[in-house]
Amino acid sequence: MGSDIHDGDTGGERPAPPTGHRSGFEEHRPDTTEHRSATTLRVNGKPHTLVVDHRRALLDVLREDLGLTGAKKGCDHGQCGACTVLLDGRRVNSCLQLAVALDGCEVTTVEGLAGDGEELHPLQRAFLDRDAFQCGYCTPGQICSALGALDEAAAGHPSHVTVPATPSGRPVPLDADEIRERLSGNLCRCGAYPRIVEAVEDVVR
Amino acid sequence: MPGTGTALGAPAERREGHLKVTGGARYAAEYDLPGRAQAWPVPATVARGRVTAVDAAAALRLPGVLAVLTHENAPRIAEPEDPILGVLQNPAVPHRGWFVALVVAESLEAARAGAAAVRVEYAAEDHDVTLTTDHPDAYEPESVNGEHPTRREHGRRASDSPAARVNVAYEVPPLHNHPMEPHASTAHWDQGHLTVYSSSQGGTTVRETLAALFGIPEERITVVADHVGGGFGSKGTPRPDVVLAAMAARETGRPVTVSFPRRFLPAVVGHRAPTLHRVRLGADADGRLTSLTHEVTTHTSRIKEFVEQAAVPARVMYDASHSLTVHRVARLDVPTPSWMRAPGEAPGMYALESAMDELAAELGMDPVELRIVNEPEREPDSGKPFSSRHLVDCLREGARRFDWSRRDPRPGSRAEGPLLIGTGVASATYPVLVSPSTAEARALPDGTFVVRVNATDIGTGARTVLAQVAADALEVPLERVRTEVGSSDLPSAPLAGGSSGTASWGWAVHVACRELAGLLTAHTGPLPAEGIRAHADTSGRADAESPYARHAFGAHFAEVGVDTVTGEVRVRRLLGVYAAGRILNARTARSQFVGGMTMGLGMALTEGSTMDAAFGDFTECDLASYHVPAHADVPGVEAHWLDETDAHLNPMGSKGVGEIGIVGTAAAIGNAVHHATGVRFRVLPLTPDKVLGGLAGRPG
Amino acid sequence: MKPFGYVRAASVEEATEAFAAHPGARYLGGGTNLVDLMKLGVERPAVLVDVSRLPLDTVEELPDGSVRVGAAVRNSDLAAHPLVRDRYPALSQALLAGASGQLRNAATTGGNLLQRTRCPYFQDVSKPCNKREPGSGCGARDGVHRDHAVLGHSESCVATHPSDMAVALAALDARVELYGELGARSVPAAAFHRLPGQHPERDTEIRPGELITSVVLPAATAGLPSAYRKARDRASYAFALASVAVVLRVSDGVVAHAGIAFGALAHRPWRAQRAEEALLGGPATAAAFARAVELELAAAEPLRDNGYKVPLARNIAVDVLTRLASAAAT
Repeated sequence: MGSDIHDGDTGGERPAPPTGHRSGFEEHRPDTTEHRSATTLRVNGKPHTLVVDHRRALLDVLREDLGLTGAKKGCDHGQCGACTVLLDGRRVNSCLQLAVALDGCEVTTVEGLAGDGEELHPLQRAFLDRDAFQCGYCTPGQICSALGALDEAAAGHPSHVTVPATPSGRPVPLDADEIRERLSGNLCRCGAYPRIVEAVEDVVR
Repeated sequence: MPGTGTALGAPAERREGHLKVTGGARYAAEYDLPGRAQAWPVPATVARGRVTAVDAAAALRLPGVLAVLTHENAPRIAEPEDPILGVLQNPAVPHRGWFVALVVAESLEAARAGAAAVRVEYAAEDHDVTLTTDHPDAYEPESVNGEHPTRREHGRRASDSPAARVNVAYEVPPLHNHPMEPHASTAHWDQGHLTVYSSSQGGTTVRETLAALFGIPEERITVVADHVGGGFGSKGTPRPDVVLAAMAARETGRPVTVSFPRRFLPAVVGHRAPTLHRVRLGADADGRLTSLTHEVTTHTSRIKEFVEQAAVPARVMYDASHSLTVHRVARLDVPTPSWMRAPGEAPGMYALESAMDELAAELGMDPVELRIVNEPEREPDSGKPFSSRHLVDCLREGARRFDWSRRDPRPGSRAEGPLLIGTGVASATYPVLVSPSTAEARALPDGTFVVRVNATDIGTGARTVLAQVAADALEVPLERVRTEVGSSDLPSAPLAGGSSGTASWGWAVHVACRELAGLLTAHTGPLPAEGIRAHADTSGRADAESPYARHAFGAHFAEVGVDTVTGEVRVRRLLGVYAAGRILNARTARSQFVGGMTMGLGMALTEGSTMDAAFGDFTECDLASYHVPAHADVPGVEAHWLDETDAHLNPMGSKGVGEIGIVGTAAAIGNAVHHATGVRFRVLPLTPDKVLGGLAGRPG
Repeated sequence: MKPFGYVRAASVEEATEAFAAHPGARYLGGGTNLVDLMKLGVERPAVLVDVSRLPLDTVEELPDGSVRVGAAVRNSDLAAHPLVRDRYPALSQALLAGASGQLRNAATTGGNLLQRTRCPYFQDVSKPCNKREPGSGCGARDGVHRDHAVLGHSESCVATHPSDMAVALAALDARVELYGELGARSVPAAAFHRLPGQHPERDTEIRPGELITSVVLPAATAGLPSAYRKARDRASYAFALASVAVVLRVSDGVVAHAGIAFGALAHRPWRAQRAEEALLGGPATAAAFARAVELELAAAEPLRDNGYKVPLARNIAVDVLTRLASAAAT
């Protein structure tokens, strides 16, 4: 069952959804006895309009409806970080985001980092160079999280280990301790942490 | 990589790495077969008893729910060899969390809602889940995990009293493997052929097991484990997910995925059983052990005897005039324990190596020197010569790299503000295990080679290292070798476990490739389109009894900071030096050593589970409450190794690297905490609640 | 999780009306705790009223020098905001000591205040819990309770409130602004959460249907030295075993203002009023801090296995007080 999908970018390559609906959700007044709603997400640059079960988390939309299994389900409760994606440019646990609430949002998953070409994102390249993973299950989340963390630091977001005297509103330099703290929401049971930190340091430099 | 014969040992990049960093690697729950349904199990909510009624009506009325399997209607399977797989066959509830129903539905949401709507009634009985050293039901089993004898005693008890002695108790709580990928299987029956995509450390055993349970020939089963998100022992043999998936797929006629919710894992996929240790050491004034006793008490479930062999490493490590090692186990109403990274060695060496540190303190001796003094000539238990043993070299090399000589041995001698700083050392050992395997090597007309073996890459880099083995055996460049692993349609092979995978598979790959090289030498003219093949089976060789005692060894060094304000202990430095035979891939081996050490850090400081006496389950059942180390807990971790040559192992000369990294880590950290504080903490993990209380009683 | 309806509110009024119109409604903010609890079956809303996009997403300075934080402001943005970092460092530190970067990006100010306890018995619907199911009993009191309350607990509940942020708000004399059917009102942050008593199912003083619209940080504590300290089982991404937020002004060696609140000790952030009163007007010395904190913690009634929390809380409080005092002296 999952969700009915309409890939808006394919110019009619795919069949229309079984039940017609307007893509403009804002003017669509939901009936609260309804347990499904239309939601439009832009995922890795492509718009998708889906009629989702309200219970469906973004993670399950990605994995079950869109075939994007890069974001992983490690705990389904925001306790491991394997499902990390960028939502409107900010890293979040996609397992805790209800898709119905994300109408109009932009989602970037690990599949969307490299772009269309063969060229890997520098973080992906660094993870390979440093052997910053083993089983690979936490890896997409680690990479998306690192990407979000780099942007947060550049935007002046402090962390728990940032020296309080650091001036607010300016980029926070990332040393190994900062990277460790900022990536602590991404568990890795294979113990690749030291290598992951090295990989992120490679990109920071 | 230029040239030939240079692949082994090189830091070759993981072959599946690109897939893993781009999200393209597919795991067991990610096979979206047409019409696939999702399933959600229903765990028992009593610790002991039986199911008296299941009311599935409400669940079946929910939109999207396809079926509710219970012991009353689930497909019958043959009596499993492993009782944990006997799911939905009878109303008995051997422990809380045992699955009593499975809801199959069109979506994950419907399956979860269905599971919540199933009403189960029980006849509950009184339960007992609390392990104590004097538990009246504790007994000495016939053997312990690994088929080791329960009890060994050597020498005679000395009549005169030793110069120094320790007599102490240690406690290691239940621990959970928690691989990042929860146990999952996707099953599909098509015209009598069963295909399962299963998160397993060994597909060959999964196929054998399914064939026996469902009464079909192995040829009609395919088990795929292309990428596996970690296992650490908990996926070593089939777990209930694959049986339930196959049942549900048969019942509904649809492909079905069973992916266990994280919080269900502790009850159904095995755990490291708690171990209560009593260690008694006596030594003469020179530090030589006159007596060594290691007694272990542990638990197992009502349905299966699994006994953590925690006293076994003491039979390998040190000479003593008298030694006694013994295990006792109590059958309780608890989930069935199983393998977790270095079963036996990890908890056993924590206790033994902590006690050695205590003995060194009693003697006023350097703990590195104490270990060196007690280095045996032969394996103490078997009397066999070691195929190679470089523990002393590991200790010395580690001491040099760690700057051990500058250490002030007095406990509590180093402070930085509110932090007390200390360093500690511990030895590590892990046996060399190897099993027979088959493999096939094929030469193709385009000059490339394909190695085929049902190895499983659980993150070790099996694809990569087997290509390296093959390249050197064939004397061809590494890039010309492709490996196919992770499917039971490939030549059968043992599991990725016990640090034995690479040795077992690699041996067969080596033999097949050498044979193929011979065939190619004899061959004239162009190769046929299908290429030329050679097949190997190492039965009789890989499992032959060795006249040598074969073990890897290592030395762990740790530096910790103990916050006297909070009792928080953080590791500042962790260093391991290993002698593990030939290192076949410097890059992936290092990652495994570091990974083992990281899990050892968790065992020492953050990980621990509590058996709830009233309810009979593990309280810390999720990843918010069961604290596997996070990034911030893990500082720079160094792993080094010695170039060890050992001709008595396998054609590659390797010993296995997956487990030894965890073995001595917890003791090294615990010993560092003692050095920092002057207080002995003997119950893991060393969390602030325990440490702060200990610091309060600190001398001075 | 049972199916539920969904409404996205465009205004505060619309949100409260939608809530009132739908029995079994719940407000959805960042969802980091609510969705978690819905998956566990602990929360079973009939309708979610999405308030995450309400125009309550700004941090602004008011004419009187106080700072109003919209209820929809995300935890990470609040922690990074220059007004907060520069004037209320304890709040920024508390936020950054909580959860993970991902969770802080989603969690809202209002939702953080309304998060539920992480008591394992509360989270497991197969076990008794008076908070989840009044009258069913308490599994924790005689069960596994190392993480539970030592202050202010009752026969019916020994849970703690898990928020770090709320502890800082309590110490900073912040106020919580609410809007409901009866209009707008505000409640001191320190009085917003309740002690369990006979009704542990009620975490806070919020009335049915009321919505948190903002939190106001007062001018009175702006710029005062403040700090937050948290002890936990792992170095990051773990709930507190004990935590403390302190706001301290020392004038000529004398305590001129003290705001002290403990986290993870009770069903609510524990404002240490006795300690504050003992300190006020007295010397800002380590000995005085220790005496005052011990006076406060004398009320502690540890359970079988959580006695460690008392010395732990004492130590961190004295440590933070001492550090703030010495920073003020230099």
